[in-house]
Amino acid sequence: MTSSQTHRTIDAIWRIESPKLIAGLTRMVRDVGLAEDLAQDALVIALQRWPESGIPDNPGAWLMTAAKRKAIDLLRRNKLRDEKYAEMAQTTELYTEDDLERNMDGEIGDDLLRLIFMTCHPVLSREARVALTLRLLCGLTTDEIARSFLTAESTIAQRIVRAKRTLSSRKVPFEVPAGEELQERLSAVLEVIYLMFNEGYSATNGDHWLRPLLCQEALRLGRVLAEIAPEEPEVHGLVALMEIQSSRFKTRVSASGEPVLLMDQNRAQWDRLLIRRGLAALERCRKLGRPLGPYALQAAISACHAQAPAAADTDWARIAALYEALSRVAPSPIVELNRAVAISMAFGPAFGLQLVDELMHEPALKEYHLLPSVRGDLLAKLGRMDEARSEFERAAAMTRNSREQELLLKRAAACRGTQNE
Amino acid sequence: MRFMMIVKATTDSEAGVLPSPELLEAMQRYNEELARAGVMLGADGLHPSSSAIRISYPEPGGKPKVVDGPFTEAKEMIAGYTLIEVKSREEAIEWALRMPDPHGYGQGQIELRQVFEMEDLTDNPEAIAKDNALRQQLEEQQKA
Repeated sequence: MTSSQTHRTIDAIWRIESPKLIAGLTRMVRDVGLAEDLAQDALVIALQRWPESGIPDNPGAWLMTAAKRKAIDLLRRNKLRDEKYAEMAQTTELYTEDDLERNMDGEIGDDLLRLIFMTCHPVLSREARVALTLRLLCGLTTDEIARSFLTAESTIAQRIVRAKRTLSSRKVPFEVPAGEELQERLSAVLEVIYLMFNEGYSATNGDHWLRPLLCQEALRLGRVLAEIAPEEPEVHGLVALMEIQSSRFKTRVSASGEPVLLMDQNRAQWDRLLIRRGLAALERCRKLGRPLGPYALQAAISACHAQAPAAADTDWARIAALYEALSRVAPSPIVELNRAVAISMAFGPAFGLQLVDELMHEPALKEYHLLPSVRGDLLAKLGRMDEARSEFERAAAMTRNSREQELLLKRAAACRGTQNE
Repeated sequence: MRFMMIVKATTDSEAGVLPSPELLEAMQRYNEELARAGVMLGADGLHPSSSAIRISYPEPGGKPKVVDGPFTEAKEMIAGYTLIEVKSREEAIEWALRMPDPHGYGQGQIELRQVFEMEDLTDNPEAIAKDNALRQQLEEQQKA
């Protein structure tokens, strides 16, 4: 192997091992920032040694041992003056090589779960949670995170440093919350993963319609969570939702870069494997026998589309019913808007328009471009072209995505065309 | 990026001999590891070629020739596959190297192949345009 090949291999090993490594080290030293530093130190040693010595048989255990030695070095240098390291000495001393082996295997799932709960802790801002999770649990570099968010690398680096400091100063424990707190904290974790996914799936501004890296990382993390927290129905619900949405990834944008709406997508190009995985995840969720939560309901809606061979076969009545169920567990004006669309498809545009008109004065939707966009669509279907056009124009002025804006203006122009005929 | 780890057939897999309990356990542990890392997309094992058929086209434009299994040359056949989704080729290689020796008696062989995805196929705008035109044509034919 050449040295650059070895470096690429080490990168790959780092991606596979670093979440487990950082989770295991955080358990020992109880400080996520220090744990990451120690893991990084181990990586530096590997980068120095492996090009010559070759890659060890169990690189994960090797890195863990190197990190632990680093921890002990640090301790000795500090001569136990620092209280934190003294505390660490007590915990690390308990570890033998056997313990390490066991940790790399059996309990690592628990440590990963604790780490996710830590990086998604509500003391951090949403942005900080997403950045820190991408860094520590997905093994992304700050540069990769910055690029995904179209942000400067220094901004992300600072955000991560501050987040780690906050976790340490607020003494956020390395644990899986119990009792009533669990559900609340689990929603915070799922929210971070879904935020990550949505950020990638549909950029809110700029010319990039899709940012695949974030979607892939979110999906991967969701799949990990489904394995380490298999008893939680909403975890499977979220995974199902992301799998099914990802199945349409490649059909969402046309060859010329314009967005393609769900109903117009080429279903032959939907990824059957991801649809199958999504339906299986939804089944795992249902088998747990608890009422469907917001993610599972959204996944069930998404599944209706995935299972319709052609757009015309869509079971809109079922989708309308699922939106109604969703509006009960997670009421929001956006869910209402979607319900209105489903009802218009199932029972006619006039019924949908009635519901949409009720939402016109909803303050939460005042800046939401999809409201005039949907209203324009319903008006156009009812032949009220003048009103439809002005709604599409209003929607175009509200969206921040330039591609979407183009599409809306095109629809507005089409209304004028029909009218002139 | 998707990769397929293809496990080649062996005389044992062709004879329908089940893997040893140790190997089964190691395989299961490996599959769990893949799932826990969130990279596993799917895996399947295949029946021996004794129940297979082989279709060949020896003459261009001619009729297919169908031959019943079993087929000789085990190493030219596959016994199973595991599909993974990873960030880089190196990551795929790393996972493939961690798969247990699928035979254990000298015939174990794993082949790692990258799966074509839309991005690979849509690099060429001309090809996309042609593909779309063809699809449209087919759809119109269906409607007619």
